[in-house]
Amino acid sequence: MSDADPGQQRRKRRQPEKAKQDPERLYVITGGPDGGDRAALDLVTIVVARAEPAPTVQPEQVAIVRLCKSPLSVAEVSAYLSLPFSVVTALLTELLAAELVESRAPMVRAALPDRALLEAVMHGLQKL
Amino acid sequence: MDSRSSDTIPGPRKEDVLPDTATAAVKIVIVGGFGVGKTTMVRSVSEIRPLTTEETMTQAGVGVDDNRGVDNKTATTVAMDFGRISISEQLVLYLFGTPGQERFWFLWNGLFEGALGAVVLVDTRRLEVSFDVIGRLEERGVPFVVAVNTFPDAPRHPLESLRTALDLPTAVPIIDCDARRRESSRDTLMALMRYLHSLAVQRA
Repeated sequence: MSDADPGQQRRKRRQPEKAKQDPERLYVITGGPDGGDRAALDLVTIVVARAEPAPTVQPEQVAIVRLCKSPLSVAEVSAYLSLPFSVVTALLTELLAAELVESRAPMVRAALPDRALLEAVMHGLQKL
Repeated sequence: MDSRSSDTIPGPRKEDVLPDTATAAVKIVIVGGFGVGKTTMVRSVSEIRPLTTEETMTQAGVGVDDNRGVDNKTATTVAMDFGRISISEQLVLYLFGTPGQERFWFLWNGLFEGALGAVVLVDTRRLEVSFDVIGRLEERGVPFVVAVNTFPDAPRHPLESLRTALDLPTAVPIIDCDARRRESSRDTLMALMRYLHSLAVQRA
């Protein structure tokens, strides 16, 4: 360990900005480019198949339903099918509307996590 | 997708399938500059091989993860690696490694929204790369810890001098880690969790 200064440059602390913490604003900015309605799907929303797709369902959606026979996050669906996240959320929006897939909402959305949840995560990490 | 055959449909390996009881998920975001070890950290603690989710950038003026030795061609696809840790039969933790620039954060709807918190991974050889990342997390009110990834050839600084250089409040944990080691990465996540817990206790 040396006492050398880690660099001439020093960062300056910033203050929280109300506008940047507003989830509504985030949502508006990141909404679909087509301005269409999208289901509020998070990267970690867990989705699971509910029914067999009809033959009329488009192939990418059939692939999603098959993939979700066991629960998966939207991020995993995107990864396994090599489809962009926004494409997956658009496809899932239709599948949710058709009730071929159901979503299990992420536990924490725009709210500060409570102690019980944090303790559960800590307990899980300790087992690693 | 190049195949319609049902046996070639991609999906999790048998051992990577979540139980039917999995109902909820939480996320932690690991932020840092290019090559700082985000994916290494994700890989070392994840129960699945890291996966990659992509998003397409259509706006002009697209940048890349680091501006060193890269021309400013228009990148159209940006990737984010992530991993997973099963916390209980019901609860799953996802870890996302994301580039430090805010313009990437908007690509994935609500990346920080609902995240428990963030780990800022820093390399002491390029400390200034993390200045902006930390500032943006402060602006958004995302709680974070700073983890100094110990590269063999990186200069070692006492953590307190790094705290000064990074202008971190005393409450914000700053820790050394070796992102290649599972226990070290786990300890980093635990440091974040303990910090979040202390914030929750203060609020109560």
